Amino acid sequence: MSSLTEIRWHGRGGQGAKTAALLLADVAFSIGKHVQGFPEYGPERMGAPITAFNRISDTQIRVHSNIYDPDYVVVVDETLLHGVDVTNGLKKEGGILINTSLSKEEIRPLLRGYEGEIYTIDAHDVCMRTLGKYFPNTPMLAAIVKVSGVMDTDVFLKEMEASLKHKFAKKPEVLEGNMKALALALEEVR
Amino acid sequence: MAIKERMSGNEAVAYAMKQVNPDVMPAFPITPSTELPQFVANYIANGEMDTEFIPVESEHSAMSAAIGASAAGARTMTATSSAGLALMWEVIYVAASTRVPIAMAVVNRALTGPLNINCEHSDSMGARDSGWLQIYAENNQEVYDNFLQAYRIAEHKDVMLPIMICQDGFITSHAVENIELIEDEKVKPFVGEYNPEHYLLNPNEPMAVGAYAVSNYCMEAKKAHAEAMKNAKQVILDVAKEFQEISGREYGLFEAYRLDDADYAIVAIGSACGTAKDAIDALRAQGVKAGLLKVRVFRPFPAEEMVAALKNCKAIAIMDRCESYSSQGGPLGAELMAALYRGKATAEVINIVYGLSGRDIRVEDVEQIFEDLADIAEHGTDDTYWYLGLRE
Amino acid sequence: MSLKAKDINEQTRWQDLHMGLHVYEPATSKAFETGEWRTNTPVLDLDKCKQCLLCVPYCPDSSIPVKDGKRLDFDLDHCKGCGICVSACPFGAITMKEGK
Repeated sequence: MSSLTEIRWHGRGGQGAKTAALLLADVAFSIGKHVQGFPEYGPERMGAPITAFNRISDTQIRVHSNIYDPDYVVVVDETLLHGVDVTNGLKKEGGILINTSLSKEEIRPLLRGYEGEIYTIDAHDVCMRTLGKYFPNTPMLAAIVKVSGVMDTDVFLKEMEASLKHKFAKKPEVLEGNMKALALALEEVR
Repeated sequence: MAIKERMSGNEAVAYAMKQVNPDVMPAFPITPSTELPQFVANYIANGEMDTEFIPVESEHSAMSAAIGASAAGARTMTATSSAGLALMWEVIYVAASTRVPIAMAVVNRALTGPLNINCEHSDSMGARDSGWLQIYAENNQEVYDNFLQAYRIAEHKDVMLPIMICQDGFITSHAVENIELIEDEKVKPFVGEYNPEHYLLNPNEPMAVGAYAVSNYCMEAKKAHAEAMKNAKQVILDVAKEFQEISGREYGLFEAYRLDDADYAIVAIGSACGTAKDAIDALRAQGVKAGLLKVRVFRPFPAEEMVAALKNCKAIAIMDRCESYSSQGGPLGAELMAALYRGKATAEVINIVYGLSGRDIRVEDVEQIFEDLADIAEHGTDDTYWYLGLRE
Repeated sequence: MSLKAKDINEQTRWQDLHMGLHVYEPATSKAFETGEWRTNTPVLDLDKCKQCLLCVPYCPDSSIPVKDGKRLDFDLDHCKGCGICVSACPFGAITMKEGK
């Protein structure tokens, strides 16, 4: 049971938080982990706050509830910090990863007394430098892999390349941009 | 060697549908089962299936077309949820009484209202008296395995009844989890071809289906239907045994989890059972003799077998993800309590309604139920029907 | 093991009735003598009949047999005596008499 890592994603409808959770499940599966990736479903509207979840474990996962005491939280859109209690239940020993251009010191007061680690990444900047378009889920995926340590980052890049090659067989330029975004995100997360 | 994959529950059922490759699929989309006809349509477009897909204008038409196709001699499937199943209502009964072995993937979702799209068993539980077989699943693996076994059960000459293969909407249908798929070379001979004894498109034996039946015939027809439902129990067990040979996975009418020496048991259906198993393991580590009876087959209802499995329990909580508004509990509660009474059980039994319209159930919730059961076993209770996690 | 329609009746046991009450043979309505229900009976006047055969498709119970392009007398085992043929006939060749 100690091998279990629980991650909760906070995003806005249309930003790809659900897709990122499913991609994380995919890539963790590819290295032999037991995985769960699922969103919390409701009335789906572009821009509305949404939640998605990952469980990653070395043993079979049977529990089918949402995640209330996550090891890690990923915030795909920093404007959520004002309306959503993103650190609710978050373990002190874990950490929160936030997509922002602000510093950790500037973020801390927005986290309602959370005492654990804060990690930040400017996914907008990473996207613009690599993809030329804003798809925050790609850098956030790489960043959480590094932050949570669920897998080795080199293995992660290799698995992602294989999976994206398959997915974008007819659009090699998309593959290249995404790989650059993933690699840059691994460097930029702090 | 099994194929290790990760898939959502809907992907898993669609993959089973592809492997079985039935002749006809009439279907109409409804959340959360919409992906099933989508995946099948993709498989057909990619040349991986040659099923005749019939886009219809409603679920009533989907089930009507399914009955026609099945009576004509075609292996037939469809899929639906919630209001879609409700719109099929009239023809659901026609399918069962006509004895056409259609397989329907039901992705369980609450019936309105209040308007809601999340998981609840009210849709298929509402159809529990329609004369269909019903098999439920805890996770993507089970719903995949159940679909592969569906036609072997439904088309058996002692059964010949339509079958619902149910899974929890969103909780398993939209959650990606690990799964072991079975190779086509094993699936295809296991499922086999459908060779009906009588069918409408047989030029050598013209036949009539669905004739008006006066009162002097209907009770006899329904008795035969009820008898076929009884026969299904053994057929389900036989098919499960054969399935174990190709999969290594064991299935029965229900799963008894740490139940042999359990003082306290919960009885439940679907994805909540996985959550319950984690709670039971935690309690067992503390010395609490907790156990689970996970209902797989709800129709036919394995009454005597369940009573026997629960005979040593001091207190039992029957869990319903469905309200029946009978003022005394849900459908599983009503049926199992009746069975326990006939079996002269002496355990204290309560009926808990939980998880309506997608309300989450947590490991901690299940642990609390076992704490309550221990208290009830000692002191008894007059309160035998309540809602889990209700704000009051 | 399947029963002929003529052998199925209100004494047949549930074990012997066909699954789903299916009927595994064609034209079973022939075995059911609906002529029993008749209270008035059509009578054909062959002198007036021009063999136009208009009465044939109008008969709801297929009780006007045709052979070699000519109609024969009524099939009274199945004619219910509805009288539609009387209205259909342009030549007044069919009349109804009371009783069987």
